[in-house]
Amino acid sequence: MQPVIQIENVSKLYKLGFYGADTFKDEVLNFFARLRGKGPVNSIVGSTNNLSHNDNNDYVWALKDINLTINQGDIVGIIGKNGAGKSTLLKLLSKITTPTTGSIKIKGRIASLLEVGTGMHQELTGRENIFLNGAILGMTKQEIKSKLDEIIDFAGIAKYIDTPIKRYSSGMRVRLGFAIAAFLEPEILVVDEVLAVGDAEFQKKAIGKMQDISQGNGRTVLFVSHNMTSIKNLCKTGVMMKNGRIDAVGNVDKIVARYLIDNTNENISEKIYFKEDDFIDKDFYVCYAGVEYNGSILTIKDNFDIIIELTYRKSYPRNYITIFFNDNMGNCIFALNTEPVDITKGKYKANFHVPSNLLNDGMFNITFMLGSNDKIFYQLKNIISFEINEHRENSSWYGKYPGIFRPKGFIQTEFTQIE
Amino acid sequence: MIENKETVQEWTEIIKPKRNLFDFHFKEIWRYRDLLFLLVRRDFVAAYKQTILGPLWHVLQPIFTTITFTIIFANVAGISTDGVPAPLFYFTGNLIWGFFSRCIQATSGVFVGNQAIFSKVYFPRMIVPLSTIITSFIAFLIQSVILIAMYIYYYCQGADLHLNSWAFLIPVFCLIMGFLGLALGIIISSVTTKYRDLSMFVGFGIQLLMYCTPIIYPVSFIPEQYRFLLLFNPLAPVVEGFKYSVLGVGTFNSAMLLYSIGVTIVLLLIGLVLFNKVEQKFIDTV
Repeated sequence: MQPVIQIENVSKLYKLGFYGADTFKDEVLNFFARLRGKGPVNSIVGSTNNLSHNDNNDYVWALKDINLTINQGDIVGIIGKNGAGKSTLLKLLSKITTPTTGSIKIKGRIASLLEVGTGMHQELTGRENIFLNGAILGMTKQEIKSKLDEIIDFAGIAKYIDTPIKRYSSGMRVRLGFAIAAFLEPEILVVDEVLAVGDAEFQKKAIGKMQDISQGNGRTVLFVSHNMTSIKNLCKTGVMMKNGRIDAVGNVDKIVARYLIDNTNENISEKIYFKEDDFIDKDFYVCYAGVEYNGSILTIKDNFDIIIELTYRKSYPRNYITIFFNDNMGNCIFALNTEPVDITKGKYKANFHVPSNLLNDGMFNITFMLGSNDKIFYQLKNIISFEINEHRENSSWYGKYPGIFRPKGFIQTEFTQIE
Repeated sequence: MIENKETVQEWTEIIKPKRNLFDFHFKEIWRYRDLLFLLVRRDFVAAYKQTILGPLWHVLQPIFTTITFTIIFANVAGISTDGVPAPLFYFTGNLIWGFFSRCIQATSGVFVGNQAIFSKVYFPRMIVPLSTIITSFIAFLIQSVILIAMYIYYYCQGADLHLNSWAFLIPVFCLIMGFLGLALGIIISSVTTKYRDLSMFVGFGIQLLMYCTPIIYPVSFIPEQYRFLLLFNPLAPVVEGFKYSVLGVGTFNSAMLLYSIGVTIVLLLIGLVLFNKVEQKFIDTV
């Protein structure tokens, strides 16, 4: 395998706040600092990018010490949270800006697609814009001419091709923009989150085209997306970025799993343990509540258990536990309760077995209630929360399934010829 | 040994923090020539969409300016036009000045005005100012048709006009004007990516510069002892030379022209180096 992109010790420093509004004193100080071959006076080297944490530095490393080699024919998916440095890396590769340190070596013609329809002009017709946008992306007039019919056909807007694009719907503009880009034929293609556009039908077409591009002729593709399903389907190698650094590189499935574990929202608490002191004035206490499942992440195809453990300090007649399943918006989607049990002093465990393929992907909260004889005497709101992740196989559609439930198997479906 | 063989290979491109400021990558610009002409086309087609008069506006602008100048400067103020019919004198001046001012105005906003495109895709940034220069030059050519028509009209009326051998230098005058506009434009556009102050100055700066250039008056109108001051302005010899070659009047010699060419080359070099430095990472500071 021949390396076609070699990134060596690349870092990128950004200044926060306003540019050009420096005081004259800062300008002069920075000038002398540069003369001495140092960075700006206020930069604290080593501080990396973390969006939520404000450490009062004027400068931030959007990328720090990036080393990465990409071989010919690799289809690489770059994932990471917002602010992890993905887009900055793509900007450097696309020559939109330069690194602060380090170097990037490239072999072959590189084209980048950070946005669809860059530079299109509202007043020009679709046809005129194909030429303009194609040339901006680096195609020659001759190349565009030879692919014109295919582009128009792919965009599916033949009827409007001689209408100024200001009369287009936003969807049509996106289709046209993507169609032009799809017929670029560089040796290395860099694509930012551009597939998350258009309607489902067009998305399917676009992903199909991406697959064609990446499979033919040993072309190298770098692909940034937040859609793990499309990353998994398109890419072989995954690169996970975190706070401006490369966190892990490897097989795409492993990297995606790592990302999902790492990315579980800070508000998520799948398991919680309580201390006895929290319930000092009560005749019982909840010692544990949690979501339990096999494997490292929970997906729609996994069954899981919701477990509540509590200790009673005295006896209760006919006691039961209710849990409320709440969606992300706080609406209850259903509630379940255990059979009532006569309690004696001791430790009890309630287990709710939730089958696979019942709930759709998304965030869920559990509210816990303790009741006795049709009376609720204790409640803990949103005691645990968890995320069910998407899992899809052999599907070329990567949009979000609608709804709270995804009861595959619960509802029998049939589709047969009747006449 | 095998490892050595694999690591030694030619890279087509190396992206580094800084590149040679005198590397103007003309080759790359040549590769993007189709984009250059498509941008020119865009500017022409888009500018006059949804206007009734369309490209006629190209000639209406200098005509109206000429009428105003004739009334105010020739009739009211009574400024000499070196014996040339006033409308012809002003139109000639306006033609060459208009070309220069469009060049500088259009190129001075290149970075700030195109940041939406520049932040999403790479192509040699110089393509954009070059395309505006070509657009301005085409407008200049269209307007020249009016000049030729006026010229023939006044010639038939018996005006004292003598087209002379200097007319062969008209392309040179145009080149100097174009490059001077480009040079000043890219210097301004490079500086304004960080400090916008200069862009505030461009509009009225061009206006002031026009009064320092013999457009509405001939050089001969200036008292002899102050004339040398005017000639510090590198635009003055070009404008006078253009007028001289077309109308046969003007104060002009080849030494003055060489001075203008020298200034143009120096400014253009400064502009190219600045532009080259700024285009690499202006998107971070703009």
